[in-house]
Amino acid sequence: MSKSTDQVFLNAKQWLLSWLAGSPTWMVQVVSSLINIFTLLAVFLTLFALMSVLERKILARMQNRYGPNRVGPFGLFQPIADGIKMLIKEDIVPMRADKIVHFLAPILIAAVAILTLGVIPYGRNMTPFTIDGGILFFFAVGSATELAVFMAGWGSNNKYSMLGAMRAIAQMISYELPLIISVLPVVMVVGSLTPDRIVAAQAEYTFGLVPRWFVFTPWGAAAFILFFVSGLVESNRTPFDVPEGESEIVAGHMTEYSGFKYATFFMAEYLGMFAVSGLGITLFLGGWHAPVRMLEFIPSYIWFFAKLSALLFVYVWVRGTLPRIRVDQMMNFAWKFMLPLAFTCIIAAAAWHYCRRGARGWLWSFLVIAIVYTALSMLLDTKRKFAPRVYRFAE
Amino acid sequence: MNSAAFIVTAIFTVAAALAAATLRKLMHAALSFAVALVGVAALFFLLGAEFVGLALVFIYIGAVAVLIVFTILLTRRDVGRNRGFNWGGALVAVAVFGSLTWSILKTQSLAIIAPHMPALTVKQIGAALMTTYVWPLQCVGLLLTAALIGALILVMEEKR
Repeated sequence: MSKSTDQVFLNAKQWLLSWLAGSPTWMVQVVSSLINIFTLLAVFLTLFALMSVLERKILARMQNRYGPNRVGPFGLFQPIADGIKMLIKEDIVPMRADKIVHFLAPILIAAVAILTLGVIPYGRNMTPFTIDGGILFFFAVGSATELAVFMAGWGSNNKYSMLGAMRAIAQMISYELPLIISVLPVVMVVGSLTPDRIVAAQAEYTFGLVPRWFVFTPWGAAAFILFFVSGLVESNRTPFDVPEGESEIVAGHMTEYSGFKYATFFMAEYLGMFAVSGLGITLFLGGWHAPVRMLEFIPSYIWFFAKLSALLFVYVWVRGTLPRIRVDQMMNFAWKFMLPLAFTCIIAAAAWHYCRRGARGWLWSFLVIAIVYTALSMLLDTKRKFAPRVYRFAE
Repeated sequence: MNSAAFIVTAIFTVAAALAAATLRKLMHAALSFAVALVGVAALFFLLGAEFVGLALVFIYIGAVAVLIVFTILLTRRDVGRNRGFNWGGALVAVAVFGSLTWSILKTQSLAIIAPHMPALTVKQIGAALMTTYVWPLQCVGLLLTAALIGALILVMEEKR
């Protein structure tokens, strides 16, 4: 029973492919990939639509108001109304804009976000695109986002757009380092860059109770927090939405986009958020494994999406709670605090590994992280209390 | 299947490279250069060298292309101006192309059919880098660190 519900989507795909029996191999390959792509797009665009309305609902609840509740039951059809509105809006391209670059930027940014979604294992045998260096693929493709943001800022031929793009690229490059380095301990301990292997390495349970997810080790917990914060920055969400800070530079690189192009940017932001969360689940939260052995009868993909919803809720929660951070504070935080701590996680993971991954390793890796964390906080403490702000460039 | 994919990728790459060389606007040329690099990465993927392809995308699209567009943005005030065709550059390109073709045609080993090699996994590459090639790797690391520190010192604010 549980076996068949777990593999129901794979069986459905096999059934679809059995229609092609007898046709050449390349055709089966192409159709198989197309099925994967369509499923991926269908699932995540639906999730995007749901997320856009749920986020507004949750934010509204946090701010003690109702949120959208006019379209459909509980306002659930709001994304359909929004989609129609975006589609029929006038598409304005500035007269002096670089038309081709302006047009290509939203396409590139959405394509990148969709590609990065492809390497994440969503369930048992459910990785849309299996590749030896899947984690590397994620970051390699993801790094094209910076170019897309630059294209949007440049193509618009607008000072606000350009400033926003510069801010976005500066923050993305800075936080890409802690993001990637916080992934390294996991890659080191598992000894593989393949997402499926990393998930498989977290399958067992200690004493048959506590799952062996990497977030339950000291280095894993520290790396997960670093990863999550960097992921917040990479997806340009509050409190790190400096590039599009609407009270400062209108909407950053998206200022000159309207109608469906703006919607595409919006979609890419959410898809990027899903991709980073999915990677975080794969690396630290045990992928599609159940948290307790008794609950393993529930299909693997349900566990994955349950964890994804939990992480997405935290994203919305953070957005509803924290104010926007200042640019220079954000940069200092990345280079002076996040990066050294990310390197410490590597050392802690090595200590954990060489103490045979037992209780002693747990203690040693905890010690390493605690010492560096305390030292860093003492070093970085400026002891200044409410010093007057110095404006270096606007005197 | 494979040869058809090769032809498509090759045409794509060459077209993007030609665009990078001939487009009037500097920014368009830089972006086409990035597209050409994607084509080269795709060629590596076709050859089964996934790691090299990914590293190429990572470094050249994520870092070098961004560096190039930033350099254009921060140094030129007249990016949009039409610069005309640079005949000197064309001459150099033709010379390089000619000498490369000549030397490849002269190579003896071209006639030998390459033995079928199993695709390298990332793990094998990592193991080789950490054992056989650990000294070159460390030297490159040291060099890059020195370059990084040097760049920081160059742009460091002077204390007044």
